[in-house]
Amino acid sequence: MILTQYIFVGLLLLGAIGFALAPLAVVLLVAPVKRSKSKSDTYECGVLTTGETWIRFRIQYYIYALMFVVFDIETVFLYPWAVAYGGLGTFALIEMVVFLALLSVGLAYAWAKGVLRWV
Amino acid sequence: MNLAFSTAWPVLWAQQATQTAWLDEPMLLGISRQWVIWIAWLALGFFGLFPGIVAYMVWAERKVAARFQDRIGPNRVGPLGLLQPIADAIKLITKENIVPGSADKVVHLLAPVLLLVSAFLTLAVIPFGFGGKVGNRLTGLTPIDLPSGLLYLIAVSSMSSLGIFLAGWASRNKYSLLGAMRAVAQLVSYEVPQVLATVPIILWTGSLSLVAILNHQVEFGWFIFSPPGFMAFVLLTIANIAEVNRTPFDLPEAESEIIAGYHTEYSGMRFGLFFLAEYLSVFSVSCLGTILFLGGGSLPLFDLRDLLSDNTTSFVFVNAITVGVFSVKVILYVFLMFWIRATLPRMRVDQLMAFAWKMMVPLSIINILIAAIWQEVVVGHNLNYIPVFGDTFRGWLVTVPLEIVAVFLVFWIHRVTREDSAPALASARRPAASLVR
Repeated sequence: MILTQYIFVGLLLLGAIGFALAPLAVVLLVAPVKRSKSKSDTYECGVLTTGETWIRFRIQYYIYALMFVVFDIETVFLYPWAVAYGGLGTFALIEMVVFLALLSVGLAYAWAKGVLRWV
Repeated sequence: MNLAFSTAWPVLWAQQATQTAWLDEPMLLGISRQWVIWIAWLALGFFGLFPGIVAYMVWAERKVAARFQDRIGPNRVGPLGLLQPIADAIKLITKENIVPGSADKVVHLLAPVLLLVSAFLTLAVIPFGFGGKVGNRLTGLTPIDLPSGLLYLIAVSSMSSLGIFLAGWASRNKYSLLGAMRAVAQLVSYEVPQVLATVPIILWTGSLSLVAILNHQVEFGWFIFSPPGFMAFVLLTIANIAEVNRTPFDLPEAESEIIAGYHTEYSGMRFGLFFLAEYLSVFSVSCLGTILFLGGGSLPLFDLRDLLSDNTTSFVFVNAITVGVFSVKVILYVFLMFWIRATLPRMRVDQLMAFAWKMMVPLSIINILIAAIWQEVVVGHNLNYIPVFGDTFRGWLVTVPLEIVAVFLVFWIHRVTREDSAPALASARRPAASLVR
């Protein structure tokens, strides 16, 4: 019963891909094609592009991604706790307070170390 | 609420079993009912009505934004400019598709498709009305009622950051790459408070199914009527606006700095797909906010299910009311987003990231704890959320001061620890002052 519902997700996935590709197919039929050298240049405000674009990017984004992974996993733990909370009682609340406190300490540490400062 | 775990589940399973039998019966040309319903959803809903809604949302936004700026807005194509979306679609389809010579061709094509797929998939679990009745439980006018619906919704909606990043990377354009990097940092940062803001609801409902969340609100009142619920609603709305890249969080496509951000190198219909996906996700986050906090299609103080109890009122009639109420709420939510867009200027990158991590994340964590207190005082005793005197009022008495203290605490910490503005402004002013002298 539950697994068969995912059939609809599969149907919707295929349908959505088709819905996205269909107008692009129509474009192939009706739209004009006039290629030229300058048209296929990279558009950077009319100035010729210099240097390589696919470079190693700054570390700051990586640190934010790490923070995100930490908090996303926290959520993965929070969800089942929240679903079962009604049947668990006060002890579960205390446990979760401890868990959240640990994570908050982590956030505060990152904050104090200047990880959250955008430079 | 508190379904007693041992007794309630067999009953629910039995109900689902009877429903399954009903759905498996052949209906049309030997195709089972379930498949007919699904195909109808796809043909009429997902690939019929929803793109239409999205097209007219663009028209509505242009009209609303125009009014805010003391203009008239589109009024040339058809009465009130109502045919404008159709004209736009024709224009986009007949434009040449330009792919930059140095771009990664396959990924350049894949990125908008992925974004659109993500926007469509999120709508699969939204209950638009009350739908069929099984026992005492309304199953929701929804394509599928997954037991882990909310988790599924968050999972597929976070696919959009992948699509945006692929678009920016494949274009091989420096502005696109900057926009994509900003977008990923922003989407990832605001996803944390967005997800944390939904935890109180799961706590109170004891289920991840959006239908169960809707039914709980019909029973006990909308979640926005409780102090932690209101706080979670505000947090979720802000995070939603950031997740769909709209002003004041539209840094990934800031025209004045990085042309159009990640979709700089897209033109014609491929750009149209980005546009469609953006407005489709505006629609889906509005539906999400409505279902989670505003009680979906239910009316306050009046249970629409009472109309069904005497078996004379038809299901279609009740559902028409429900879908109407739901639409009004979604329209108001979308209008709120238009309003914010017309009012607020764009944020700075460092402000944007600081706002997510230093204010919204701590606030939503504290809010979860306050929600647990609300659960102990109010939800655990099966009380209605409207603050009548008595036990519910006790819950308000406990949680409202806590919420206020939490907000002040977070703002105060942010004010104490921030190291920019004041000295920076002072040093910026000094040369100007010397010029005057």
